[in-house]
Amino acid sequence: MAINSNCILEISPTHRLQWEEAQQKHVILYPEGMVELNQSSTEILKLCDGARKLQGIVLELEQKFETTGLEKDVSEFLGIALENGWIRQLSS
Amino acid sequence: MAGSDNSQASISKPRWLLAELTYACPLQCPYCSNPVGFAQHKNELSTDDWLRVLSEARQMGAVQLGFSGGEPLVRKDLAILVKHARELGYYSNLITSGYNFGENKIAELKQAGLDHIQISVQASSEDLSDFLAGTHSHAQKREVAQRVKEYNYPMVLNVVIHRKNIHQMQDIIEMAIDLGADYLELANTQYYGWAHLNRDQLLPTREQFEQAEAIAHRYQDRMKGKMKIYYVVPDFYEDRPKACMNGWGTTFLTIAPDGAALPCHSARELPGLEFPNVRDFSVRDIWENSEAFNKFRGFGWMKEPCRSCPEKTKDFGGCRCQAFLLTGDMTATDPVCGLSPNHSKIEEAIESSVATQRRAIEKPLVFRNPKNSQALAPKL
Repeated sequence: MAINSNCILEISPTHRLQWEEAQQKHVILYPEGMVELNQSSTEILKLCDGARKLQGIVLELEQKFETTGLEKDVSEFLGIALENGWIRQLSS
Repeated sequence: MAGSDNSQASISKPRWLLAELTYACPLQCPYCSNPVGFAQHKNELSTDDWLRVLSEARQMGAVQLGFSGGEPLVRKDLAILVKHARELGYYSNLITSGYNFGENKIAELKQAGLDHIQISVQASSEDLSDFLAGTHSHAQKREVAQRVKEYNYPMVLNVVIHRKNIHQMQDIIEMAIDLGADYLELANTQYYGWAHLNRDQLLPTREQFEQAEAIAHRYQDRMKGKMKIYYVVPDFYEDRPKACMNGWGTTFLTIAPDGAALPCHSARELPGLEFPNVRDFSVRDIWENSEAFNKFRGFGWMKEPCRSCPEKTKDFGGCRCQAFLLTGDMTATDPVCGLSPNHSKIEEAIESSVATQRRAIEKPLVFRNPKNSQALAPKL
């Protein structure tokens, strides 16, 4: 699913993003299920905080990792996250 | 603990804890997965025992937690356990019939930090639903479902599918849409416990199952992004066994109402296995060192055709309980597998259920209640 750049993104209210000590990684929890996240997925999803849109998330990541050209990868990953129901789009 | 010979480095940690709080239940569903002899196991764990079990399992890495039963709402200390679970960082799922689930309780559990509610529904129509449940319950389930949504819980409706309700597939899905379910679990009956006992009356024919499956798949596509439909296949019509429990003692830990620790909720029906009790041992000791949890770990216990089969790493030889129930040998290949020398047992079960269906007077269903449990237990 394509991300609407006018929408604010947040973790779905039916889901929870959480650090798991035993697994040494972040996971997304939802009814009777769990997805284990790698580090880059975690960094992206943490920024789906109900305040930022796609552009804001990309900017923040590019600054943090001192790089450019992340938009395509970030947008693709968020599209998958949206399709799986991990995040939702709020019209601003 | 005695019986330990596994190298502990190779043992994965539990991720799923199923807390069966009680065997008491106001419903009497004839396909209940509780052991047929449940009424023999009294002496429920105390609140303090459960609090300790939750802490110990969480420390080992369990993160998904199911409060189940019986009917977990029967336990007066449910909110205390839910609160503790939330503080420990579990994602907690309440698996309930919804019976007598009033607004006060729904609000109290929300406050305590319950993450999700799964309500069982027996059928789409009131008369059939109440017949299967053995209790007048359908109408209030609909009310409870609406209330659960009002309190912003994610809601799963779970419908066990069998010959008595499979013709309602479309109506069942429409009902779930109507009630605003976030997820719908269409679970073809797995034939353990009471369902095994009633298999001749419950197992659908291949035609019935294929028609229903086509309807479910059509709705899966149509509802994409709105309601997630999980479709649990009936393994009697598969050619390969399910990877039961993701492998014995790898992921799932069930604690029965009396404190018995089980690698799966049906394991209690396996004879000769002694299941350790959380009153006597820590969760870690049980998971790592008990004979029962080590019994079917790895591949060393397997017989042919599993032992030399390349698919053993995918399905772990299927289900131990099913192997036992159908062949009398819990180390045999799950007879669902087309490669099993006992695969004909599946065909026989299907034929037997078809024959039952053709009879003018069907055998009555045996309902799950303490009276029937007591009567059947000595014969097990």
